[in-house]
Amino acid sequence: MVAKSRSTTKDASARYSPVQILNSEGELTGPSPVIKDEQLVRTLKLMIIGRSFDQRALSLQRQGRIGTYAPISGQEAVQVVSSLCLSDDEWMFPTYRDYAAMYVHGMPLRDLFLYPMGHPQGGRAPESVNIYAISISIATHLPHAVGAAWASKIKGEKKAFMTYHGDGATSEGDFHEAMNFAGVFQVPLVTICENNGWAISLPRERQTHSETIAQKGEAYGVAAVMVDGNDILALYKVISESLDRARAGDGPTFIEAVTYRLGPHTTADDPGRYRSQEELEEMKLKDPLVRTAKYLRGLGLLSESEEAEMWEEAKSLVGDALKEAESIAPPNPDFFFDHVYAELTPNLLKQRREFVPEEAE
Amino acid sequence: MAKLTMVQAINQGLKVAMESNPDVVVLGEDVGRDGGVFRATEGLLDLFGNERVVDTPLSESGILGTSIGMAVYGLRPVPEIQFMGFLYPAFDQLVSQAARIRTRSTSRFTCPITLRVPYGGNVKSPELHSDSLESLIAHSPGVKIVTPSNPYDAKGLLLAAISDPDPVVFAEPLRLYRSIREEVPEGWYQIELGKAKVAREGSDVTVISWGSLLPTCLRAAELANEEGTSVEVIDLRTVSPIDAETILRSVVKTHRAVVVHEAPKSAGLGAEVAAILAEEAILDLEAPVSRVTGYDTPFPLPVVERSYVPSDRRVLEAIRACIKF
Ligand SMILES: Cc1ncc(C[n+]2csc(CCOP(=O)(O)OP(=O)(O)O)c2C)c(N)n1
Repeated sequence: MVAKSRSTTKDASARYSPVQILNSEGELTGPSPVIKDEQLVRTLKLMIIGRSFDQRALSLQRQGRIGTYAPISGQEAVQVVSSLCLSDDEWMFPTYRDYAAMYVHGMPLRDLFLYPMGHPQGGRAPESVNIYAISISIATHLPHAVGAAWASKIKGEKKAFMTYHGDGATSEGDFHEAMNFAGVFQVPLVTICENNGWAISLPRERQTHSETIAQKGEAYGVAAVMVDGNDILALYKVISESLDRARAGDGPTFIEAVTYRLGPHTTADDPGRYRSQEELEEMKLKDPLVRTAKYLRGLGLLSESEEAEMWEEAKSLVGDALKEAESIAPPNPDFFFDHVYAELTPNLLKQRREFVPEEAE
Repeated sequence: MAKLTMVQAINQGLKVAMESNPDVVVLGEDVGRDGGVFRATEGLLDLFGNERVVDTPLSESGILGTSIGMAVYGLRPVPEIQFMGFLYPAFDQLVSQAARIRTRSTSRFTCPITLRVPYGGNVKSPELHSDSLESLIAHSPGVKIVTPSNPYDAKGLLLAAISDPDPVVFAEPLRLYRSIREEVPEGWYQIELGKAKVAREGSDVTVISWGSLLPTCLRAAELANEEGTSVEVIDLRTVSPIDAETILRSVVKTHRAVVVHEAPKSAGLGAEVAAILAEEAILDLEAPVSRVTGYDTPFPLPVVERSYVPSDRRVLEAIRACIKF
């Protein structure tokens, strides 16, 4: 549902309710967009890889083999589908939680492991992969995404851009400034708010007094849509339409994808302090992996053994990527001098000459 | 008296302040139900309720900007910014607003805010979670900046900051949050702002530092002592306004100075200390003032951070070079 004109009702929830095509039982509640069978199967496969990566990363963190990690469990559908809708030659501006989106857009799993390991190669997409530097300072990347999309428009390209952020990010000034510029300059950008219910310990209801997050786009004259973020069919429909509008020069779209963070905020977080086990159990029933698998089984596209095989394949893919990541040598301890300016300043040259690395612990 | 860690001492300081002054309110991201991501505000919500212990939306500029309004209107806000690297989005409110409202209104409006913010690296955090920005803040007239190096000072400085009529950044060295335990008196006590402390007495060389690197300097001093060099260590505690008197008194005695900080070298606080010594004590110096600091780069990734943050070894080498000069 795209709200283009001002509505007469004051009730935002009447205008913005999540577009849903596939309910949590895996049943159709409306006409499905046309998606090839192989694409549906591939979507689930990628979501399973995302989940397997997540489970592995969490256990690695507990063993001290990687540093702080922000889990994605529960958010695979929106990340995978949105990324599949983006063409390889189009750009993605991700956050620290968008592992599955980045993977699908071409970031090697190995490099996604290197990222929480604190290795400089981690999270740095290969030259051929159009992924921007991963955003850690909340919402700071949103104006950059707008600027890049704007530049593409100025250059006369027909590309769409995509960026992600959380519900919490909508409270930062940068979010509002980005949204305003996107609207004023009608840039070809699709901004996806992964509303996962929580910003660390703050529930969505305490983050903003507006009924929906989607309506914030409307305030800036940006086409706004709310979508069930665990429903791959609705996501395909809404996101591909939005990207097509951007490519056609019809301006930006703001998408609120309603999903849920099944895990902790990061491995440093203890959600038991602020959210109930009942809420978690209830949300597990909406798990996008479960729902998608049910749907595919119903269509006769997935047998139990095929699903088990997907998990096995995903786990071995993830295991191989981890092995690769762990076999990559640490960087030269003085590498960080190299990336401050195009050329080392006299100061940096001197400091680097005098630099003596500390011995390992 | 209980033995407390620094984070517990800060927590107790906040409790004491809130008990004795109903105008004190705590606000920030995750400070309420979660008790703060480092647990510095643990238990405050239950004790003082959600009008005085407020989980805010995710907006640093909003947190600090509204704190200014609260302070102008008579409250004593104690906002928390989750990490110093996330102070940047609030920088406009800090340096152009909080720091200047007194000047702009010729003292009609003032904003007694205590902005709590953890800083410093070497704890394997992601990008932007390790920055030390004391010199940026010290370069902003109208705001003070304080940083404790131990639990006792943490509580006393915090209560002094909350009592101060002007905005104070209370920078908490997160590496030391739980590494030291010591006796901390219950109840209210203050450590005067603007006063450095001689953390170790010595006669051959003065090491000047603050916050996160004080334990490093004390260890280096001990190592130097084993080699027969007597090191005096000064803990600035208040970084701005700087206590030039204590520094000068020490250096006039030892004739040698080493300044140690975690932030980048160029235009860092070490340069300020060196300038004070050059202006006021040049003829007392028997060696160039030496700086042991982070490098002139953004704080690097965890794989190499140990080589960025000044170590016992680097401080000791600087001490030796100073003595040998
Ligand atoms: C400017 C800034 N402030 C604070 C933080 C600390 N922090 C990291 S993630 C987070 C919550 C983000 O919530 P949300 O935007 O909903 O995204 P989610 O993590 O749930 O995906 C906070 C406060 C930060 N990274 N950047």
